[in-house]
Amino acid sequence: MAANSPAFRAGQIVFGAAVVFFLVAPIIAILPLAFNSSVFLNYPIESFSSRWFVELQTSETWRRSIINSLIIGCGATALSTVIGTLAALGLRHARLPFASLLRVMFLLPMVVPAVVLGVGMQILYTRLGLASTYLGVIVAHAVLCVPFVIVSVSASLGGIDGSIERAASSLGANPATVFRRITLPLALPGVISGAVFAFATSLDEVVITLFVAGPNQRTLARQMFASIRENVSPTVAAAAFLLIIGTLCLAGLAGLLRWRQNRLAKAAASEAG
Amino acid sequence: MSGSPARGRVSALLLVAPLFLFLAAFFVWPLAMMIAVSVTDGTVRQVMPETASAIRSWDGSGLPPAQVQEALIADLRAPSEQMAFGDAVRRLNSEVSGFRTLLGRTASAVRDAPPGQPVDLAGIDPRWGEGRYWQALQRAMPNYTDRNLLAAVDLKRDTDGSIAADVSANRVIMVRTFTIAALVTVLCALIGLPYAMIAAASTGWVRNVMLLAVLLPLWTSLLVRTASWVILLQNEGLINKALLAVGIVDQPLQLIFNRTGVIIAMTHVLLPFMVLPIYSVLLGIPRNLMPAASSLGASRLRAFWHVLLPMALPGVASGALLVFMVALGYYITPALVGGAEDQMISSVIAFFATGTANWGMAGALGLILLVTTTALYFVYGRLSRSPNMVGA
Repeated sequence: MAANSPAFRAGQIVFGAAVVFFLVAPIIAILPLAFNSSVFLNYPIESFSSRWFVELQTSETWRRSIINSLIIGCGATALSTVIGTLAALGLRHARLPFASLLRVMFLLPMVVPAVVLGVGMQILYTRLGLASTYLGVIVAHAVLCVPFVIVSVSASLGGIDGSIERAASSLGANPATVFRRITLPLALPGVISGAVFAFATSLDEVVITLFVAGPNQRTLARQMFASIRENVSPTVAAAAFLLIIGTLCLAGLAGLLRWRQNRLAKAAASEAG
Repeated sequence: MSGSPARGRVSALLLVAPLFLFLAAFFVWPLAMMIAVSVTDGTVRQVMPETASAIRSWDGSGLPPAQVQEALIADLRAPSEQMAFGDAVRRLNSEVSGFRTLLGRTASAVRDAPPGQPVDLAGIDPRWGEGRYWQALQRAMPNYTDRNLLAAVDLKRDTDGSIAADVSANRVIMVRTFTIAALVTVLCALIGLPYAMIAAASTGWVRNVMLLAVLLPLWTSLLVRTASWVILLQNEGLINKALLAVGIVDQPLQLIFNRTGVIIAMTHVLLPFMVLPIYSVLLGIPRNLMPAASSLGASRLRAFWHVLLPMALPGVASGALLVFMVALGYYITPALVGGAEDQMISSVIAFFATGTANWGMAGALGLILLVTTTALYFVYGRLSRSPNMVGA
């Protein structure tokens, strides 16, 4: 096999294209089905119709599940972003004892299998009386969201040039002013993208919800899970369509923030330097 | 940064404290509780406290002394909560079957007997004259037990206390879980390594498209991806229609509710976790190494084998660990795409917890999964020198 032989190049192109197709095609395939008038969740498309989106709004179960997802998602995002951002600020301190151990602990919820945590949460919630309550589901989701906030905020804090903060201090700004005028604005994109990750995580969470939520806290993801399992209704495709569009918007927002942050950090560094 | 060192430390601790306490209460505590439930065994002790203390000193041979029998009678006379009593009976019945009728008959006879007079247990039911019922009672008394943990790996304690094989399906499911996870890992490596190499070697829009194709699934809801596979793999789905149209098959292939479907869907879901670590390692390799190897006379295959592959291996190892670790705990995809024969350990845990309310077994199986996954995570952290999974 000679280097850069045409056959080798062609093989690379075919393989790469095939894998791209394998990765992307299934996600795209579900989108048109949201507009299919047929009652079967399958091709061919009989005719275009928005009936499944109407169903999403009018059916009590689906409507309720969307509202639940928004309530729980916002609650879990707010909770995890606040305590996660505080912790990321604390972890940044050089003098914090056991910093690396704490970091590992804060990231562990991402690693522990959801079913295991679900069993533990169910046992705990039964004793605490939190089972089948909104607060319980929000807290459970927040546990899963925290690692994403930590990672995102830590990354943006790590990108801050310490000399800017020292410069502000040397010019007479007190620590609170340095934090408010320098650190926080520079870290804000990381905080927001952490919140976006947190919301996306909560929106997609099924397993822990199965264990801790009651019928009143059924989320959109939980409802989709039940619908795929029991009666595959095309409403699932409509819900999936909304989720894909929603997450793409959120991903775009996070990407935009990251780009802006890089630009800001560069500008700040060049000014300070 | 500001103030004295001690003040800096205190403010850092104060910042970290809320999350630390939050995770201690709602992450560490639930896991500890699950482990505790899997090794505690207080149901019998709770309804028969006097018997518990009296039977402890019995050596297990013949029949227990009279004071144990009296303690049992006293315990049965004492009013007990219906549900707790039922739990205890169930627990004893699992040791020796027949305990349910034995205790039911004894309890009603004891309660009907006039108080203050001695009761002849063997007279109520001759089974009290057999040693094995008393031995079972003794075995069920301790607060802590290893029977759930042993049952999780298909073992049990014999009447003499030695560990012996037991018949159940847990070991089969564990082997199945590891097999599926390993197969998915291998497939991801076989697809992910060449893909990451092509992406790292390409430039401009080709590289962007290849990376975007990896990131898009990562961003898409897992449920949406699984729903897509359900649609594509079904008997009248697009894949079968295409295969029929091209004439490769005469009748639809069974692709869903079996192992094939689970493997395909899980490989799709986990492939990004393999590609990204390999890609980031490959980016760090100087681009002129391969041409250098070629210029020294190495064939492309030889240069790959001796230069690129050894340098890419740390990325493959991180990716493989990550995929394997995540795959072990998978629940949603096997639950929706797999059949009854493809359910992994997570499904069994969920079944014990929500289906039969057998917390002990759910906890024991959960403990095994927890320990395995955490151990793999620490190996992964060592390998990638950063305990940070996102954007690895």
